[in-house]
Amino acid sequence: MTFELTPYARAMGIAQAHFDDGLPVLVLPFEQIVVGRPGTLHGGATSGLLETAGYAALRTELDRAGRLARLKPINVTVQFLSAARPEPTYAIGRVTRMGRRNANIDVEAWQHDRHRPIATAVMNVLMIDDSSADDAAG
Amino acid sequence: MDERPTFAADGFDVARAAALMLAQGHAGWLGLRYHAHGPDWAELELPWRADLIGEDARQVLASGPIVSLMDMASGMSVWIKMGAFKAIATLDLRVDYVRPARPGHAVIGRVECYRVTRSAAFVRGMAHDGDPGDPVAHVAGCFMAIMGMRLP
Repeated sequence: MTFELTPYARAMGIAQAHFDDGLPVLVLPFEQIVVGRPGTLHGGATSGLLETAGYAALRTELDRAGRLARLKPINVTVQFLSAARPEPTYAIGRVTRMGRRNANIDVEAWQHDRHRPIATAVMNVLMIDDSSADDAAG
Repeated sequence: MDERPTFAADGFDVARAAALMLAQGHAGWLGLRYHAHGPDWAELELPWRADLIGEDARQVLASGPIVSLMDMASGMSVWIKMGAFKAIATLDLRVDYVRPARPGHAVIGRVECYRVTRSAAFVRGMAHDGDPGDPVAHVAGCFMAIMGMRLP
């Protein structure tokens, strides 16, 4: 694993499932702690999984580019496409654009049918390059 | 003439509904607490907790639980505005993180439902960690009636 999940993500039960095309796929098991309306996944938990997958994708790309950076969220917009059922939910992020300061990331979540997303998100993340990494690069 | 209907909040017992909804599932796990409400708004609190932080090195609440807080407060503001509990689903939610919350601080989220139509409800709100004049996040979202229901 080239990235570390946040304490929040670990507490909610998010784990890395596998890699798809070189990008990490994360999984959120369906447990009582993520339930919203009875029998469905809470929108906040879905959002948490989407954001975590977005960060995982960005960490992976930064790693490949040899960059170390502190990440700070700028914003996230989540679209809920269908009610999530009581089953594991998967998510993958793709970095649409990585600049020096800002990364724009698209994220998709699905359940049993990979081709039927239950939610999507677009995120902007601020990257603050670690000064020691800058020195090493310079 | 403005044909928008108005609703009494009498039909929806906010404190009782909050106690039920916040006691279980994801909201219960996060420990969300009811704070206050008005004719078209709800305020909830997300207490600080060590396992909800976003970075191992900093004692700051992660962004994920703040989205959950704002989603719950959004739903409650819609029910309060309608004066009734109806099945609704979040269509979209945008969160702008204007600054990180302070280490060890709870986050308070207040959301206002500023418009309800037959099929959609629109909300906006903000989150702060002690001073409402210095927010940590702003949100905007849209909810839809589900299960064949109509709003209001």
